[in-house]
Amino acid sequence: MSAETLLPWIPVFPLLGFLVNGLLYLVAHSKLGGKDAPLGAHGHGGGHGDSHAAHAADPDDHGHGGHGDIPFKAVHTWIGPVASGLSFVFALLAILSWWKETGGHREVVATLWSWIPMGTNAGWFGAPDFTVDVAFRLDPLSALMLGFVTFIGTLIHVYSVGYMGHDEGYGRFFSYLNLFMFSMLTLVLGANLAILFVGWEGVGLCSYLLIGYYYTKDFAADAGKKAFIMNRVGDWGFLMGLFACVAMFGTVDFGKMFSAAAATPATYAAGGLVTFACLALFVGATGKSAQIPLYVWLPDAMAGPTPVSALIHAATMVTAGVYMVVRCNVLFRISHEWALKTLGEGASVWGLLTHDASFVVAVVGGVTAFVAATIGLAQTDIKKVLAYSTVSQLGYMFLGCGVLAFGAGMFHVFTHAFFKACLFLGSGSVIHALSGEQEMTAMGGLRSKIPHTYRTMLIATLAISGVPLLSGFFSKDLILGETFLQGHPWLWALAALTAGLTAFYMFRLIKMTFFGEYRGPKETWEHVHESPATMTVVLWILAVGAVVVGYVGIPNFIVPGGNRFEAFLHPAFPALPPDWTPHPHQASHALEYGLMLGSVAIAGLGILLATTFFYKGSAPWALPAKVVAAFPNAYRWVRNKYFVDEAYEAVFVNGLVKKGGRLLWEIDARVVDGVVNGTRHLTVGLSHVSNWFDRTFVDGAVNGVGDSFQAAWKGYGKLQSGQTQNYAFGMAAGVFALVCIYIIFA
Amino acid sequence: MITLAHFVGLSFVVFTIGVVGVLVRRNLLTVLMSIELILNAVNINLVAFSRQLGDLTGQVFSVFVIIVAAGEAAIGLAIVLSLYRLKSSVNLEDAAEMRG
Amino acid sequence: MEPGLFFFWLFSAVVVVGAVGVVVMRQPIHSALFLLLSFLGVACLYVQARAELVAAVQVLVYAGGVMVLFLYTIMLVNVKRQRTERYLHRQAVPALGFGFLFLLVVGGVVVNEARALAGKAPAADPAALATTVIGSETVLGNTQAVGWVLYRDYLLPFEIASLFLLVAMIGAVVLGKRTMERFD
Repeated sequence: MSAETLLPWIPVFPLLGFLVNGLLYLVAHSKLGGKDAPLGAHGHGGGHGDSHAAHAADPDDHGHGGHGDIPFKAVHTWIGPVASGLSFVFALLAILSWWKETGGHREVVATLWSWIPMGTNAGWFGAPDFTVDVAFRLDPLSALMLGFVTFIGTLIHVYSVGYMGHDEGYGRFFSYLNLFMFSMLTLVLGANLAILFVGWEGVGLCSYLLIGYYYTKDFAADAGKKAFIMNRVGDWGFLMGLFACVAMFGTVDFGKMFSAAAATPATYAAGGLVTFACLALFVGATGKSAQIPLYVWLPDAMAGPTPVSALIHAATMVTAGVYMVVRCNVLFRISHEWALKTLGEGASVWGLLTHDASFVVAVVGGVTAFVAATIGLAQTDIKKVLAYSTVSQLGYMFLGCGVLAFGAGMFHVFTHAFFKACLFLGSGSVIHALSGEQEMTAMGGLRSKIPHTYRTMLIATLAISGVPLLSGFFSKDLILGETFLQGHPWLWALAALTAGLTAFYMFRLIKMTFFGEYRGPKETWEHVHESPATMTVVLWILAVGAVVVGYVGIPNFIVPGGNRFEAFLHPAFPALPPDWTPHPHQASHALEYGLMLGSVAIAGLGILLATTFFYKGSAPWALPAKVVAAFPNAYRWVRNKYFVDEAYEAVFVNGLVKKGGRLLWEIDARVVDGVVNGTRHLTVGLSHVSNWFDRTFVDGAVNGVGDSFQAAWKGYGKLQSGQTQNYAFGMAAGVFALVCIYIIFA
Repeated sequence: MITLAHFVGLSFVVFTIGVVGVLVRRNLLTVLMSIELILNAVNINLVAFSRQLGDLTGQVFSVFVIIVAAGEAAIGLAIVLSLYRLKSSVNLEDAAEMRG
Repeated sequence: MEPGLFFFWLFSAVVVVGAVGVVVMRQPIHSALFLLLSFLGVACLYVQARAELVAAVQVLVYAGGVMVLFLYTIMLVNVKRQRTERYLHRQAVPALGFGFLFLLVVGGVVVNEARALAGKAPAADPAALATTVIGSETVLGNTQAVGWVLYRDYLLPFEIASLFLLVAMIGAVVLGKRTMERFD
């Protein structure tokens, strides 16, 4: 079976899963009226679902239960993961078949049907021949994404069987999860920007559905809305970029666009059009991948169930932005080269920011990474720490893309998927063990009670901190090295500092959760138990992955040709004309090793500090408490996420929606009603004019006719004097005239 | 030699005097008399042509004209009497009942 | 000037003077007398034009009948002597002007035509006006000649004329009555 025939099936299985699960759920719950939502008030059954009364903030209420069976549970249990698993199987088959057909050098495109067959009719908006097909594309980049999305997705489906096992919305959860898989696969496999956007919107929708899964809780529903709305803002940017691409290339097909761009970069770069397109698309990426300024939805998205956080907000959906940027690498490279050509060598930062889209990406990525890391230092909710960690790591990925090290960025996506999913699922396991507790200040000393969770989380933490020989080290170091070698020392310093912070707060998490003395209520401690096998097995698979997957990308200066990852991805980066290709940096091995050692050292420093800070005893730890006391204001700022949410609320929500609502009311009252009333006055005035006209001219004409006749008759009346001799005179004169006529003419 | 032109000229002179008289005088009786003058003028014309052409038809016609003039004078004068009885005046200007 | 012409001018002057007198005289009685003078002058002219019967009829009917009527009516109407009152119509001046114009224009044309026509001498033998042929006889005398023509060729108009006179008489009687019965 060829890859082309296999490709369309990959998204179909999750779609079918969604339909079946959804229908069964609706059927089952139609009589009950959707009463599956878990309530925090009760539900102490089964050791799950205890809302921790002491903490009003977001507990992960992952279902309570034991009241009654979940209808069709077995069906859901099988169809959900199996649908995802089938897509994984078919994905593998398709990739293997593709590898056999093309050796990984060419893409395979499966066109299903023509969606927008405008053809030459579209000439009017600049595209001579605009057609959008529903088509799927398999090339190294999409094959990579396809592989780990389906793999990790299937694992999380399996994990959810155990985690959501007692939730009444079980069927709903799996149908949403399958829908998400379908959308994500459409996004990844899309052969053009339009199909990618379909998937893009689909994952946004599923994010909303799944974040707001516990919809009876206000904060969950609000978080879902927040995520969707911020995504929407990003989508606007994406659409602007899409339209710019249509205007430039007359098509949105990746193959056609990028081959055209790579062939004649100058025509598209002229006037900064390519830069504009890249920046617009990047706005979309900031929305989807939670960068500054559209990142605030991701921490709030932790209100959703933990598998959702793991799948969507760690491994797959948030990486869609990075994927899109890497997919459009040609455009970003052209923008960079155009900026250099236009501005020359000694360009200012501001000049670069307005001309070089890739520089913008790098700066935004780097700054986001740093800021998110600082916020993560002061958070105490375990999932929030991981959320900010995700934002920070996404910043790394964008930093890598921004310095035109797209391979490094994708590598980090790949490794991050494994260790972040492992961390999230591990945290889910912890929360599950503690019956819903999420605050790390109420944890501690769990190492002995939940060993599998502890060990897998430790491995993943080591990976994320960039400890050598684990996957995170390879990917992060690659990005750091490339940043420095591309000539951005300040960005390198920022990123290195962030790496240190990452190591620090991740080990803080480990310490607070698993070490020291337990700080929570006694009853919970009694119930602490390890998660079922469906969950721990997945954790171990992911942990192993976190260790192992890095080895496909061993840096070339250590082992020549060791970076098989980059080699694999190479066909996704088409060559540009020689004067548009920057010459590859020649760095001495010494420099490379030096950089690597530097990043290791910083990571080590972070770990050391963390262990020192959080070593002794139970809360309050002496040293952190002293630091906090020494810098109270700084701590307050960092703890409250720099009040960004509050700022957004004040400016946008209150300013635009509430006060802006007032503004709209004012506009309606003044302008709209003014126009309406003005029209009324105008009409009345016109009617007066018309009346005057009617009276003067029309009536005048009519009356004038009558008056003229009257005058005429009056005059005529004078003729009728009654005097006989007057009449006689008239007759005589008439006769005379006749006679004269007769004389003249006869 | 008395030519036709003499008679015709005379006829026209009398005719004109008669017309002017009809138009000019206020007294109804004088107007009637002017009408008789007109008829006379016509008769002169007829006779003149009869003389010129040697045809007796002109004279016969003339006789008829005289007859008609007589009848018309009778009627006209009877009307004058009626008018006088009504208006106590034979002034034509007073008989403007048909005014307007 | 030959005698015929002299008498013509004489009689014409009488006629014209009479006509002018009719129009000009203030009192109707004077107008009537001038009219009478004019009629007599016309009759003399008729005689000169060899229309003896017409002359006789003119005198008998006009002078003898119509004028008498006029005089009776003037007496009956009892028009007071009006010395100061205007006796000319308001349209007198324009009417005079018109008359003048008429005389000049039309009169001039007609007289011209007449001259052209009468370039020749009177076509007819004067005796023609006095004779007519009846059968094989020749009738002498204008009166007889006109009479014959009247009763032979123009009988119908003659009868109609008599009918006309009858109607006129009845009409005059009716119109002259003092009171009219009402036929309500």
